[in-house]
Amino acid sequence: MRRIVVVGASAAGLSAAETLRREGYDGTLTLVGDEPLAPYDRPPLSKQILAAEWEPERLALRTPDALAALGLDLRLGVAATALEPADRTVELADGSALPYDGLVIATGVRPRRLPGEGAHVLRTVDDALTLRERLTPGRRLVVVGAGFLGAEAAAVAWRLGCEVTLLEPAPVPLTHAVGMEVGRVLTNAHLERGVKLRCGVTVTEVTEDGVRLADGAQIEADEVLVAVGSLPNTEWLAGSGLTVGDGVVCDEYCEAAPNVYAAGDVVRWYNPLFGTSMRIEHRTTAAEQGMAAARNLFAAPQARKPFAPVPYFWSDQYDMKIQAYGYLRGHDEVAVVEGDLADSRFVAAYRAGDRVTGALAVGMPPKAIRQWRQAIATGAAWHDSVRTTVPAVES
Amino acid sequence: MKVELEADKCVASGQCVLAAMDVFDQDDDGIAILLEEQVGDDRLDDVKEAVAVCPAAAIRLVEQ
Ligand SMILES: Cc1cc2nc3c(=O)[nH]c(=O)nc-3n(C[C@H](O)[C@H](O)[C@H](O)COP(=O)(O)OP(=O)(O)OC[C@H]3O[C@@H](n4cnc5c(N)ncnc54)[C@H](O)[C@@H]3O)c2cc1C
Repeated sequence: MRRIVVVGASAAGLSAAETLRREGYDGTLTLVGDEPLAPYDRPPLSKQILAAEWEPERLALRTPDALAALGLDLRLGVAATALEPADRTVELADGSALPYDGLVIATGVRPRRLPGEGAHVLRTVDDALTLRERLTPGRRLVVVGAGFLGAEAAAVAWRLGCEVTLLEPAPVPLTHAVGMEVGRVLTNAHLERGVKLRCGVTVTEVTEDGVRLADGAQIEADEVLVAVGSLPNTEWLAGSGLTVGDGVVCDEYCEAAPNVYAAGDVVRWYNPLFGTSMRIEHRTTAAEQGMAAARNLFAAPQARKPFAPVPYFWSDQYDMKIQAYGYLRGHDEVAVVEGDLADSRFVAAYRAGDRVTGALAVGMPPKAIRQWRQAIATGAAWHDSVRTTVPAVES
Repeated sequence: MKVELEADKCVASGQCVLAAMDVFDQDDDGIAILLEEQVGDDRLDDVKEAVAVCPAAAIRLVEQ
């Protein structure tokens, strides 16, 4: 293999490129990204950047020296527009064509939007800087969608002195992600601080002075942030013959087609640890998957390894540090195994079938969480794990 | 090689501990702690893994 192209120059793409070099690949390595900036980190956008605690320079994922040391053919500010697997070329928006022997797709996701003009979204540095300029004390911010992203932005805006309203279609925010009980605890953090929350409402449109709801009501706002999920960036793969359906569909090796691998938020792959296909939008999974995809692309066919991670994410909201391991969606049961929901200090374990498949902790020390990660990684039986770790419940 | 850790960037994911347990630990808030600043060749692969998986790009390896 002498020519490898990586499309998407963020967490997953950079990790794939670095891994290829670490594995000893010394051929041409082209990294294509449509953003003009060198690879930067997104999680701080809704945290330190929005809060104006950091300036954008701190977001760089690698120093210029470290980046230069990779010896990349770096194409920034130019999008890939088509993939022709038959002649193994990627076409770029500037008209050039990149022939490849191996390809890694890491084009991530973009925010879903709503009809109407003038709303903010939060995915890029520019998005974050534009929004933060507007978050001055007393301004009315409506956040559409009370998921993790919306909740983080609401928390920062509240701290900056804005009048914040969260609008959420579900009866309890985050229910589908973390369950109703835990969702309620996370929601209380907003209510305790006077952030308004309206559940069970559907926003149909962004208007000049706020948003319109499905029942016709209008909610006034100076700024509107739409945080209603994301869409995989797969349009450029149309006509490539790759299977696309809520992401680039890959097998357990992160392979989409011969010598074509994919990594990060854009991928729906089969995770053998959970026996299901999933698409994960977590920072650590993006880096891990970039590594896995690169290794499998570069490895001899019999040396490839399935990518079977325990997904992990964190979220910072107000004074809460939320950390979660595993695959929480579609769980059958949630049990508080340490601490107390009422204190906002707890570990909750998630069961699917007879296995421990997830754990979510708020404000707990790392040791309390690590054993649950281990339980998920080893596919521990629910009844063993939950009984042995919470003797207090039985006494 | 020398390991450098920017603790104020750390997001407490603990990924470094999973990658190289004898080089990294976490305090009670989850913030990474460096157990060893100097790593020999035998630990290099694990530390490189930690650098790669750190979600905050808070770890660096520097030649001396
Ligand atoms: C505000 C915010 C806060 C977050 N907070 C957390 C958090 O606290 N914890 C957590 O675990 N995760 C968090 N995440 C998620 C995390 O940032 C993502 O999982 C991670 O960025 C995914 O990396 P990626 O490389 O797969 O995709 P992306 O970061 O989306 O990168 C894909 C890149 O490819 C580019 N691209 C797209 N199409 C093309 C094309 N056709 N040609 C060339 N380039 C293209 C994109 O512009 C982008 O630069 C957060 C995300 C955001 C936006």
